[in-house]
Formats: sequence, C-alpha cells, structure tokens
Amino acid sequence: MNPVRKRRLYLALFLLLAVSGTTAALMVALEQNINMFFPPADVVAGVAPTETPIRAGGMVLEGSVVRDPGSLGVEFVLTDRAGAEFTVAFEGILPDLFREGQGIIVQGELKEDGLFAAREVLAKHDENYMPPELMDIAGHQNQGADS
Amino acid sequence: MNMLPEFGQISLACAACLALAAAVTGLGGNGARGELLRRSTVSMVVGQFVFSTVAFAILVTAFVNDDFSVEYVANNSNSLLPWYYKISAAWGGHEGSFLLWIVIMTLWMVAVVVRRQNYPQRFANRVLGILSLLNLGFLSFAFFTSNPFTRLIPMTPADGADLNPLLQDFGLIVHPPLLYVGYVGLAVPFAFAVAALLENRLDAAWSRWSRPWTNVAWAALTLGIALGSWWAYYELGWGGWWFWDPVENASFMPWLAATALIHSLAVTEKRGTFKSWTLLLAIAAFSLSLLGAFIVRSGVLTSVHAFAVDPERGSYILAFLALVVGGSLTLYALRGGGVRAAVGYQLMSREFFMLINNVILVVSLAVVLWGTLAPIGYEVLTGSRISIGVPFFNMFFVPLMLALAAAVSLVPVLNWKRTRWAAIKPAFAYALPLAVVGGGLTLYFTEPRLVMVALALMLAAWIVVTHANDIWKRVRARSSMPLSYAGMTIAHLGFAMSVIGVAVTSTQSIEADRRMAPGDQTELGTAAVQFVGMQQVRGPNYVADQGNFIVTPAGGSPYSLKPEKRRYLARGSIMTEAAINPGFMSDTYISLGEPLGDGAWAVRLHFKPLVRWVWLGCLLMALGGVMAVADKRYRRLRARQDAQVREVHESAAGQVST
Repeated sequence: MNPVRKRRLYLALFLLLAVSGTTAALMVALEQNINMFFPPADVVAGVAPTETPIRAGGMVLEGSVVRDPGSLGVEFVLTDRAGAEFTVAFEGILPDLFREGQGIIVQGELKEDGLFAAREVLAKHDENYMPPELMDIAGHQNQGADS
Repeated sequence: MNMLPEFGQISLACAACLALAAAVTGLGGNGARGELLRRSTVSMVVGQFVFSTVAFAILVTAFVNDDFSVEYVANNSNSLLPWYYKISAAWGGHEGSFLLWIVIMTLWMVAVVVRRQNYPQRFANRVLGILSLLNLGFLSFAFFTSNPFTRLIPMTPADGADLNPLLQDFGLIVHPPLLYVGYVGLAVPFAFAVAALLENRLDAAWSRWSRPWTNVAWAALTLGIALGSWWAYYELGWGGWWFWDPVENASFMPWLAATALIHSLAVTEKRGTFKSWTLLLAIAAFSLSLLGAFIVRSGVLTSVHAFAVDPERGSYILAFLALVVGGSLTLYALRGGGVRAAVGYQLMSREFFMLINNVILVVSLAVVLWGTLAPIGYEVLTGSRISIGVPFFNMFFVPLMLALAAAVSLVPVLNWKRTRWAAIKPAFAYALPLAVVGGGLTLYFTEPRLVMVALALMLAAWIVVTHANDIWKRVRARSSMPLSYAGMTIAHLGFAMSVIGVAVTSTQSIEADRRMAPGDQTELGTAAVQFVGMQQVRGPNYVADQGNFIVTPAGGSPYSLKPEKRRYLARGSIMTEAAINPGFMSDTYISLGEPLGDGAWAVRLHFKPLVRWVWLGCLLMALGGVMAVADKRYRRLRARQDAQVREVHESAAGQVST
C-alpha cells in the first residue's frame, strides 16, 4: 500500500474507533448517571422507583424540621402544597438558603418505607430563584391562590 | 433631573448605527475604489469603542452616585455597599455584564485596528466588517432586550435591593472581565477564518496572523475559568472547586475548542496541513462561546449562576447563534471543503500527535456538550426532567486527560513529518522508567491508594522529565530558546501541574462534617482542631457570627481560623464565609453550617492537599500562551510582511489598471 493510503487508513480506523467508542461509552454512562426528577405527588403515589438514585423536590413544610440532638442528622417534610408530602432524612450540613417554606431539591434514594434518604440537599443561591424543576409546582400553587 | 442615563442609551444607539455602517463598508467596501470606505471602517470601529465605553462609564457613574431611579442600579446596588463593590456591581447582573461584554468586544476591535498594518488592507477591512456585524448583534441585543438604563420613574425606590452577597468579593471584580476577554476574543480568530474564506485565501499566512489573537484569548479564558473555580472554592463555602455546573461547562467548552485550535493552528502554520480542520475549529470555538452566553443568559438550564429566566432573551441569542453558525458553516461548506494539503506525514510525527491531541480534545468537548444539553433534549422529548451527575463527567475525563497527558509527554522528542526511533528512544528508555518510579513512590504516600492517581502522577512526571530533558539538551548545545518554545514548555508543565493537583486533591482530601460546641476538640487528619467560641462582628453592610478555631498541625505551631456566618442587611440573606489557611502543599479549610442549639454549630472541616496546584497550573498555561505571542518571530514577521503587503497592494493596483 502506498504511504498516503496507509496513513489515511490508520486515520480512518482511529477516528472510527474514537467515535464509536465515545458513543457507546456515552450511552452506557448516561444510563448509569441519569437522575430523574419526581415531584412530591409522584413520590407519594409510588411512581418514583425505590432504592434507586433519583431527585425529588418541593417546599419545606413549616415546622417540620427536626434535628437529632447528638449528631448532624435532620429530618424534614417536603410538600407540593396540594396534599402530597413526604419525609426526607439527611445527615450533614444544610445549604445557607435552606429554610422553611423554601423550594429545594434533594438527591438520594427513596426507601421502601417511603422515607427519602438524601445524600445531597440543594437550595439555590438567590432567594428569587426557583429551580426549574419546581416551577410546575410553584405555578400550580399560584393558580390556587388566584382562584 | 440627572439625564445621564438617557445619554447612555443614546450612546448605545450611536454605537449600533456605527456598527451597522462599519459592517457595510467592511464587507462591501473592497472594490477597486473602496479606499475611502476602508478608511471609514477604521474610524467607525474606533467610534463603536468610544460610544460603548461612554455608555459603560455612565452606568458605572450611576452606580457610584447611587442613582436608584435606574432599575438596574436599584436591583443590584445599595447605598451601604463599599465603593469598590459599587463599581463591580455594574457587571454583577445580566444587563450590565452584557454591556461590559460589548465594551470588551470593541476593545478587541480596536486592537485589530492597531495591528492592521500587519495584514493586507482588504483582509483587515473584511475582518473589521465581520467583527462590526457581530457587535451589531450584541448591541441590538442590549438595546432591545437588556437595556441597563431603564428608569424607575416616578416609583424611584429609596434604596437599592443590594448586590447578591455572593458577588461581593474580589473574585467577582476580576472573574467576569477576564472571562469575557476570552469569550469575545475568540471572535477575532473567527473573523479571520471567515475573512479568509471570503477571500479564498487559505494559506499558511492566514494561520500565522490568527495565532497571536487565539493565544491571548485562550490565555484570558484559561485565567477566567481558573479564577471562577478559585472563587467557587472559597466563596460557596463547601470546598468544591469544580461542579460540572452547566455554566462552568459553558466556559469549558469554548476553552477545549480553543485549546484544540491553538495546536491545530500551529500545524497549519508550520506544515500547511489541517487547513480545513483549523477553519472549522475557529468557527466552533466562537460558536461555543455564544452557546455559553445562551446557556447563562436564557436560564434554560438549572444552575448556580443563571442570571434570569427570560424567554425573549433566550430566543434572541438562539436566533443570533443560528445565524452565526449557519452563515459561517454555509460559507465553510462552499469554500473550505476543497482545501487539500499535499503534505504527508508519518505515524511517529508531531503532526500525528497533534491529531491525537485534537481528537482527544474534541471528544472531551463532545462529552461536555452532551452532558450539558442532554437534559434539555430529554425534557423536550419526554416532558420529564433529568439531571446528569458528576460521575458521568468524571468517568470520561479521567481516561481522556490521562491519554492527553501521555501524548503531551512525547511532544519534545517528536519532529515534524517523521521521527526516527533513535530520537524517541530516550523518552521510553530513560524518562518513562523514571516517571514510573516517581509515580510508584507517590503511591506509597497516598491514602487511599488508587491506580488512577498513580497513573496520573506518573504521566505528569513523564511530561516534566521529557520537557526538562529537552531544555537541558538545548542549554548544553547552546542552541537558541525562542519565546514560543519556552511558552509551549511552560504551558505543558502547567498542564502537568494541574493534572497532579486535580488527581491528588480530588482523591486525597479529608472532609469531615462535625457537630461542635465551644470547647470541643476534633481531629482533621493529623491536625487537632479546637472550637474556642463564637463572637458577633459587624461589617459595612452585614453582621456576622464569627467562630474561633485553633488548628494545631502535628509538629507545627497552632494558628487560628475564623469562619463567619454573615447576614447581609439589605436582603437579609445568609452567607457562609469560609476561613482558609492556604499553602503550596495543602489548604486547611473551615466553614460554618447552621447553629444547632445550645451553642453548638455544624462545622465543615477540610484538609485539601495540592488544591492550589490546580489553579497554579492554569496560571502557567496562560503565561505560556502569552509568552508565545511575544516571540520575536511575530515581530520579525512584521518587517517581512510589510514588503509582502505592499506587493499585494501593488499587484491589486496593477490588476485594476489593466
């Protein structure tokens, strides 16, 4: 084979391998690292899968935050203000903007008994900012207030 | 009444008119009798700079004078704000930061004007025309969707809503301007590429002209990203320095493309090959920085820094992006596809390794792009929302960056076109074993011991050894060491430094969340940490609970760290201010969580080895990029080009007369 063709062949093979490898890896990785978001209604209704990493969110119910006196453990209730509520357990430091009534996102696993074991609690850094995931719930709430 | 803000608005409109006119003369004034038009392009570009700067100065004045009748000032400032934050608040929100973006764009255009003698007159005229056209897009975006001078009259508030406390920091004063210098700077290589396509002038000269601009823009982008990462580290209060947040990704994607572009330009200039690929990268790099602007400013993605959710702005940028990408790619398809180089090279050549470098960088880019945009696509298709976790990105970046490190380490021994085995042998026979021993030794000191970390340290050591050996060889042979060579070497060593920093700090850090009451003592690695107590302190516009911690490192003298929990008065917002004892080898980091009752606090304690290496490496990379621009080659070139340019002009004139 002449050198130019040989080089082209190597190049084509290299590119083909790189592209197909990347695509395959992307698909597999995405499968494993996707976190679906579920609003409180889905968590309560059993739509959300249990024992799988997921995201959920809602407003922190007023008066529901209970701290464990000996550790950093904390439990609180997330609500969509339309009847669906579930309890979240978390061990660690809550973000600055975590407060009662605030819309937040939790990432973790839903246990069989309906308790949400959170590994991460996310609240955004601007009090006017609403996580897009919670926009539907908040919109719902406003409509309720109007009528 | 103070009419200044109205003048600011008029000034913006004037700049937009000049941009339109300069775009017309720049792209249309290239006929035989266009000399006058070409001169007017230059003065109109300077005019855009003057009017944009005046508008920006007026906005800053409104901030300094607490003119809360201007809506943007009222939303982003407060009379209690210290004067330096009043100035930087001018770019703390969407409207003002976009005005800064425009000012920086015009600065780059003026820089092109200053250096225009280095290029043929028509070419420079086209470049300025393209840049003016882009600037027209920016200016009308500011004017129609994001006017910073909108008034609140007669409902003028007594005081402003204050700047977001997160942004009241030195990091914010410098991070956005630097980042924008990088983002917008990529417009220059883009304009050079489009002008080259328009003129069908796809030779090595084009890539030589483009290189200094690309390097400076890339260096600014590198610094901007590093600063952002450093800011997030000390300001967000939880010790992370990179989150794969959509907005971080938005700046990382053009950086990856620009890094590929720098290398590909080198090949095009030196060897005349990779031509159409280089053009494509120049187009891609700028398009990605526009995509970044879209991501940040439209609020389509969940993010820490998203400015605001505004569909109108989003659709404007999207339409602009479609025009820029669509237009330049169409031109590319018409003109660029046919560029073929007749130059060959072998497998063991610098060209081939540059190709590997480019493939790795583009694959990395694809991963980030996919990870950033997939959630949007998913929502459009299925209606449900997903997020893509950090493990997704790490899973790709660890092997990709290791492969890149391996490629970088061979650069000094590779020649253009082909390399004899004898020349490469030392890199494998001496340097590699040395690196393996180095990597193996560090494995002994790390906890937990991870193969990937050892591999990263080994490859970084390999880069250092092969580059150091090359310098040594040049010193011994008393051969010249041009600045471009020194720049490349420093940038590569910076990359090695960042690789070590990332590998070590992300695996070897000690992080502990503790419940601590005054008097409590705890361990952080080998250091003892004692919580002495809390006290109230007052700042200019906040009150804070300040903790006092005494850290005693094993065998060292004790020092105190004072993290704060601040409450900003204007908004009542709570902010964590971490206390950090920085060091070249490690940082000790303490931040406060929330009070737990009975005087106890949730406390976050971090020990972060080599975390500074991540940013210091970036600093070296940027330094290398700028050094290469200062190379004598580009200056000597000017003399040679003058002759060339004159020739071109004469031949053009000759053609006209015949």
